Amino acid sequence: MNHIPFDLQIINALAALLLLLSFSMLSQRRIVSLVNLLAMQGLLLTVATLMVAWRTGETHLYLSGLLTFALKVVFLPWLLHRLIRRLNVYWDTEPLLNIPGTMLVGVLIVVFAFGLAQPIAELASTATRNAIGIAVAVILLSFLMMITRSKAMSQVVGFLSMENGLFFGAMSATYGMPMVVELGIALDVLVAMLVLGVFFFQIREQFDSLDLHHLESLKERD
Amino acid sequence: MSHWLGWLNQVFEVLIALAAAPIFLGWVNQCRAWLQNRSAPSLWQPYRGIHKLLHKEVVLAHNASSLFRIAPYIVFGTMAAAAAMIPSLSTRLPFTSAADAIALVGLFAAARMFLSLAAMDVGSAFGTLGARREMMIGFLAEPALLMVIFVASLMTASTALPLISERLSGETLAIHPSLLFTAVAFGMVMLAENARIPVDNPATHLELTMIHEAMLLEYSARHLALMEWAAALKLFNYACIGMALFVPWGMATNYQALSLALAMLSLAVKLIIVGAALAVVETLSAKLRVFRAPEFLATAFLLAVLGLLVHLLQVAR
Repeated sequence: MNHIPFDLQIINALAALLLLLSFSMLSQRRIVSLVNLLAMQGLLLTVATLMVAWRTGETHLYLSGLLTFALKVVFLPWLLHRLIRRLNVYWDTEPLLNIPGTMLVGVLIVVFAFGLAQPIAELASTATRNAIGIAVAVILLSFLMMITRSKAMSQVVGFLSMENGLFFGAMSATYGMPMVVELGIALDVLVAMLVLGVFFFQIREQFDSLDLHHLESLKERD
Repeated sequence: MSHWLGWLNQVFEVLIALAAAPIFLGWVNQCRAWLQNRSAPSLWQPYRGIHKLLHKEVVLAHNASSLFRIAPYIVFGTMAAAAAMIPSLSTRLPFTSAADAIALVGLFAAARMFLSLAAMDVGSAFGTLGARREMMIGFLAEPALLMVIFVASLMTASTALPLISERLSGETLAIHPSLLFTAVAFGMVMLAENARIPVDNPATHLELTMIHEAMLLEYSARHLALMEWAAALKLFNYACIGMALFVPWGMATNYQALSLALAMLSLAVKLIIVGAALAVVETLSAKLRVFRAPEFLATAFLLAVLGLLVHLLQVAR
C-alpha cells in the first residue's frame, strides 16, 4: 500500500469522522443531541483546519480555524440550545422517510458524491484532495436532512451542517478561500441564524407549532 | 514434514478453542458480575454447568423428530469447524485453503438454520417465536459481517482469514479510518449474533424478550450441554475473528514452539481485554426493543459500507 505521511493520515481520519457524524445526525431524533452533534462537527472541522494550516504553513487558515471554533463550536450551539429551551421543542416528529430508509438513501448519496468528486480531485493539486469527496457527501447528506425533516429546528441544523461541508470542501480543494470571503460567509451564517431565530418565534405564534408543513397551506387573505 | 506439523497445528488450535471457549464465557460473566456489584461466579462455572448437564437423563418431547435430536451435534460440529478456519494462535492453518471467510459466514448460517429448525420442531410457541426472531437478526447481521470481511479483503487482496491477518500485521502502523468503522460495525454484529445485551439478554428467562434462550427451552441434558458449549464457542469464534482482523499482532507464523507459546500468551491477553470490554459494553447499554434491533443492525451495515467507501476513496489513488 502506498505510504501517506502521518499528519495526512490524521486529516483523512478526521474527514471520515465528519462523514460518520453526518450519518449520526441523519439518524438522530432528539433535537438537543442534534445540536451537540453539530457542535462536534464544528470541533472536528476546527481541528482539521488547524492541521491543514500547520501542514501548509498558511497563516490565514489558523485564523479561520479560530473563527470556526468561536462561531460553530461555541456561539451557534449555545444559541440553538437557548432557542430549544425557549421554544420547548425537544423531539422531531417522525421524518418523511423512516430512519433506516434515510440511511440507505444516504449511502447511495455518498456513492454519488464520491463519483462526482473524482474529476474535481484529479484537477486539484492539494495534498488533501482525497477529502473533497467526503465534503461533497457531507453537503448532500445535509440536503437530505433538510428535505426529510419537518421541524424548523432540524432544518436549520441541516443548513449549518451544509455550511460546514462547504467550508471543508473549500479547504480540501484549495486550502481555504480568501480571508475576506470567509469572514463574509461567517457573518452571513451568523445573521441568517439570528433572523431564523426570530422566524421560529413568528412561525410558532402563527401555527402553535414549528412543523413547517403548516407553511404549505399559507394563502393570501381576500 | 511441514505438512504434518501444519495438521498438528490445526488440531491443536481446534482443541484450544474447544477448551478455552467456556472459560472465556466464564470470564465475561465474571466481569459482568463485578461491574454489577454481584458476587462473581467462578471462572469454571460454564464447565460445571456442562459437566452437570452431561450426567443427566435426556428428556424429549414426545413429538420431537430426529432433527431435534441431531441438531445439537450439527450446531456443535459447525462451530468447531468454524474454529478450525479462524486463526487464533497460528496463521499456518492447512484447513483454510479449503474454506475462506465467506464459507465461514455460510457455516454460521448453517448452524443458525439448524438451531431454528430444531426450535420449531417441537411446536411450542416460544421456540417458534425465538426461531423467527433469530432468523430476523441473522439475516440483518450477515450482510454486515460480510461487508466487514470484504473491507479487510480489499485491503489485503485475500478472503482467507489467516492470510488477511498475516498481511495486516505485516503492514506499517497507520491510521485506517475504514478499519475503525468496520471494527465498530463488527462489534455491533458480534453483540447481536451472540445474543448479548442490546439485542438479547443471555441471562434472561423472561418469556417475551428472549431470543436465543427461547430456542433452547425444550432441550435437556447432553443436548443442552452441547448447545451451550456451541454458544460459548460461537462467542469465542467471533472474538477471534475480531482479533484476527483488527489486532492481528502476536500470532505464530511458523511452526516453532517458542512462537506458539508467545501466541498463546498474546491470545490470552487479548481475550482478557476483549471479554472485559464486552462486559463493559453490556453493562452500559440497555436492551433494545425487538423492533429497534433492525435499526441497530442497519447501523452496523451502514458503518461497514462507509468503511468500504472510505477505503475506496482514500486508498484508490
